[in-house]
Amino acid sequence: MTDVRQKLGVMSVPKKAEKVPSTGTAIIPKNSIAGQALIAVIAIMTFLASLTTGAVMLVLGSAADWQSEVAREMTIQIRPVAGRDLEADVRKAAEIASGAPAIADVQPYSKEESTRLLEPWLGTGLNLDDLPIPRLIVIRIAAGENPDVDALRSALSSQVASASLDDHRGWIDRMRAMASTAVFGGIAILALVLAATVLSVTFATRGAMAANGPIVGVLHFIGAKNSFIAGQFRRHFLALGFKGGLIGGGAAAMLFALAGLVGGRFIATAGGDQAAALFGTFSIGVLGYAAVLGQIVLIAMVTAETSRQVVNHTLDTVE
Amino acid sequence: MVRFENVGLRYGLGPEVLRDLSFRIEPHSFQFLTGPSGAGKTSLLRLLFLSLRPTRGLITVFGHDIASLSNDSMATLRRRIGIVFQDFRLLDHMSTYENVALPLRILGREESNYRHEVAELLQWVGLGERMWALPPVLSGGEKQRAAIARAVIARPQLLLADEPTGNVDPNLAQRLLRLFIELNKSGTSILIATHDIALMDEYDARRLVLHEGRLHTYE
Repeated sequence: MTDVRQKLGVMSVPKKAEKVPSTGTAIIPKNSIAGQALIAVIAIMTFLASLTTGAVMLVLGSAADWQSEVAREMTIQIRPVAGRDLEADVRKAAEIASGAPAIADVQPYSKEESTRLLEPWLGTGLNLDDLPIPRLIVIRIAAGENPDVDALRSALSSQVASASLDDHRGWIDRMRAMASTAVFGGIAILALVLAATVLSVTFATRGAMAANGPIVGVLHFIGAKNSFIAGQFRRHFLALGFKGGLIGGGAAAMLFALAGLVGGRFIATAGGDQAAALFGTFSIGVLGYAAVLGQIVLIAMVTAETSRQVVNHTLDTVE
Repeated sequence: MVRFENVGLRYGLGPEVLRDLSFRIEPHSFQFLTGPSGAGKTSLLRLLFLSLRPTRGLITVFGHDIASLSNDSMATLRRRIGIVFQDFRLLDHMSTYENVALPLRILGREESNYRHEVAELLQWVGLGERMWALPPVLSGGEKQRAAIARAVIARPQLLLADEPTGNVDPNLAQRLLRLFIELNKSGTSILIATHDIALMDEYDARRLVLHEGRLHTYE
């Protein structure tokens, strides 16, 4: 082509081009996309998703603590039965439990201790001799061991007829069910948040495509493949997704950090202890913050991929 | 290079705007496409640069039947066709240089590889001093030359031009025609759609005349 150009007298060909501007300009102009509104929507969605994840992690952490506490103990209950010596039955049951494998400690509750356990409900100064109050024996399981509960239960029922063994299985099952419900609820909320994000990005992408119709037309007739055109939109939406995600996720992370800080100040107060019993230390830990970071990345990727799919689909449909 | 056999085109359920078109565009050829307004010139151009598929008939471009091509394959074929629009269709937010470099950018070429090539072409079309300028500040003639530069930068085998001299003075029109002739001599097939009888009289080339959707060829 150079030879041809040289034939044109009016248009000279320089030996070397000088001071050529850069080609760094984005093909799809940044300001042609309604970015601020989309960033706000994505920030809110990421904030809600991060709060949900943090809450689920708090519940899971607390449930795991409760479960490990409860699972390390069993209780033998000795009911008073007419004609039987309750104290002898307690001693016999404690003896059987102490002899069982994987048991670290056996602590029979005395009559006085049993009375103290009931004081919150029945008041002080009661004479328990008048009431058929069962006696309790708390068994602590050795760390890392699994006792044969069935064998222990069988031994107790054969030698102490009024004894029953409670391994807290019912409580543990309930806590597991509660934790699972929290996880499923969290996943459902995350799915809704992602769906809302996808819909928002879909509308924003369609708007951006309409606003940039002439540019898409030019790209089309100079031979750009749909994937190239979609890539131009994807790049913008990835940046918008990251920006919105960082704002929303960052706000959620700050909220959790603040809650942890405030919770720490109320330790050893009645309200603080109650909250700690329910929610642990209000700290989502390193894993929680990693999950928030993961959500920021996830939301950004979902935003970018949604826009790419919408552009591809729209171009395929138009052609 | 391009072959039309009994091609018909209608939009939706409307009447046929192009009827029984049969012609060829040979390699290294030069032709004018003319006809009154509404005769179907733009529709024919859209078929030629693969923006539309015909309602009936056969179109082969560079040996490919476009009816059986995927969208990606059509895009690949479009890279071998340069197009110049009457309204230029330059991207206003990009400099003249960037507009001209766009076809190379979509090919995935690095800027360092084509920088000199683009600058050289801009010099050639007389826009060497305007490569920094954005299209809104270019004159009509400058925009037209930028659009032509963009159409030829990727060295297409076929160049389609829709009223390329519609917005320029007669002097510049002659210079642009000379540019097209030189491109043709370098091996590019040229098809210029125009109403400009004077322009067609400047150069002895085949004329494709569209009238009421039918094509008449004058060698």
